[in-house]
This record gives sequence, structure tokens and C-alpha cells, in this order.
Amino acid sequence: MEKERHVLVIFPHPDDEAFGVSGTISLHIDNGTPVTYACLTLGEMGRNMGNPPFATRETLPKIRKEELEEAARVLGIQDLRMLGFRDKTVEFEDEEKLANRLGVIIGETNPSLIITFYPGYAVHPDHDATGAAVIRAVKELPADKRPKVHCVAFSNNCEEEIGQADVVNDVSAVADRKIAAIKAHASQTQLMAANMEESIKKQEPEVLARMYKERFWTYNF
Amino acid sequence: MEPAVKEHVQKEIDRLANKEVFIHLETTNGAYASHFDESFFSSGAYIRNAKLVYEHGKITGKGPYRVGLKMNFGWVYAEGITHFEVDEEDRLLLAGHDFSGKLAVALQISETPFE
Ligand SMILES: [Zn+2]
Repeated sequence: MEKERHVLVIFPHPDDEAFGVSGTISLHIDNGTPVTYACLTLGEMGRNMGNPPFATRETLPKIRKEELEEAARVLGIQDLRMLGFRDKTVEFEDEEKLANRLGVIIGETNPSLIITFYPGYAVHPDHDATGAAVIRAVKELPADKRPKVHCVAFSNNCEEEIGQADVVNDVSAVADRKIAAIKAHASQTQLMAANMEESIKKQEPEVLARMYKERFWTYNF
Repeated sequence: MEPAVKEHVQKEIDRLANKEVFIHLETTNGAYASHFDESFFSSGAYIRNAKLVYEHGKITGKGPYRVGLKMNFGWVYAEGITHFEVDEEDRLLLAGHDFSGKLAVALQISETPFE
């Protein structure tokens, strides 16, 4: 993995960083690279409430905010920014304003690498809209000033259309922190994390591959 | 939240009748439903802080419950209500959770706007 000057991670939901990117974040932090995580919403519309329920529509954002802060803490992210958008509404924001808002953060942090979702291949409308706004903001920069953009894609058709990921990071060395980050989002991941640990114990190859290999597509401007 | 108790919910619906209230109404099957099952038709609707007055409202059914609010010019309606809570701000929070504990529907009534 290349050593970066500054890594800027931009995702719409607390926990978006956990599954696909937290290992890569940890590796950058171990490398001494500062990481900024800009998270657009607090996942207010999350549906996991538990049975019996542990949250209401009104308390969920507070819970998820604390979980996000905890995940940032276990990963060692010093600069966590919560941008105050609302879950499931990102795609309805004014695209230019949204891109400008992200452009300000890009200008301020001057990253050599941005990690976000691949617009059109990230399933959730907030993911696609966030990725699209990042791409729009980066396009505003002169070509020689643009940071690299590594995108996360996981739609069913993504490999058919954009090919194989060109960046694959082996994060097995920081697997413990990755699992801790996933677990920090307890309201969303409780069940999943338990199953995952079980699968890792059993060395199920598919789960191990998903867990230890983080895949990115470099965006071609 | 606690399992909905019909009489208690009815009392709260009555308390909030005939005054200006803010409504949160939501139904959802989640943004990932069609990703995991491509034959699944994903749908949902959401309104936050609709300001209205209802003249009377009712909780019916044997549970999961249905709740309807009758307005001068129309209706508010939710189906599948399983849980309720009156929170510290005296807001009536009604929700329907599916068998795995996922929110499927929410209807909330407050005298002040939701955040
Ligand atoms: Zn997400």
C-alpha cells in the first residue's frame, strides 16, 4: 500500500466505513497518515431496533452517533466530521451545493487519497449520491491537483460493468481493529458480528476473503 | 419501547386530538431489499413534521394494531403497530417492528416539531 499524505474518507452512514474500509483506514493510521472521516448522516432511518426494541426513531441517531465516535476511537481516527445531513435524503439534496460542501473539506484537508462509494454501483441511493458528489467536487479541481479516488462498489452488476477492483488491500494484520470497528456499531451489527466471528473461527474461506481483503476501484476521471 | 397497550395508546391519541400537532409517518422495507432479493419490489414513504389537526383518532385490531387519525379534510393511517412509547417530551411514538426486530412502520405525534 502506498504511503499517503492525508486520507479523506467520505461516506453517508455510520458503519459504511466498518465493513469495507476500516482495515485500510487502520493500515494508513499505522503508517502515520492522518485520516479524516466525513460522515454525512447519522443513519437516522436505520431499521434495526431489536426485539424487544432498544431504540426509537428519535433515539436511534443519538445511539448511532456514539457508535460512530466509538468506531473512530478504536480505529484511531483523529478527525471525525458529522455533516448533519439526514439518512435517505442525500440524493434529494441540491447536487451543486452538496459537491461544494464536500469541496470545502477536500480543500481544507488536501488529501492525496479520497475513499468513497462508486456512484451507480453502491446500492443505497445515499451511497451513490455521496460518491457522485465527491466525484463532482474532485472534477472541479485542475487535473494535476486531483487526489486519487478509491471507490467501494458492491452492486450485483458491478464487476460486469466496471471490471475487477484494481486495488486490493490485505488487512489481515489489523483484523482485530476491523472487528472492533464493526462491533462498535452494535445497533446495526450485533447479529452479523456474532456470525462473522463464528465464521472466522471456522476459517470459512468466503468470509475470510471478504474480511481480510478490502477492494477498491480507482476512479478514472 | 414497549408492546402497544391499546387502552394506553388510545388515551394518548385522545390527549393529542384537536390541537396542532406534528406527524412523523414512515413505512419502509429498507434500501437493500432489492439488492438481496432482486425479485423484491422495494417501496416506502416518509413524511416528517407534517403539521395538522385531527379531530379524533383510533387504535384498532388485535395486534399488530392499526391507527387512524381523522382530520377535517382527510386521514392519517398506519398499519402493523406493535410497540409504543410516550417519551420524555410527551411525544407519542408508535412503531411496528417485524419478526426480526426491524422497523417496518412508524407513526409519531408531537406538539413540537421533531428534530
Ligand atoms: Zn450505508
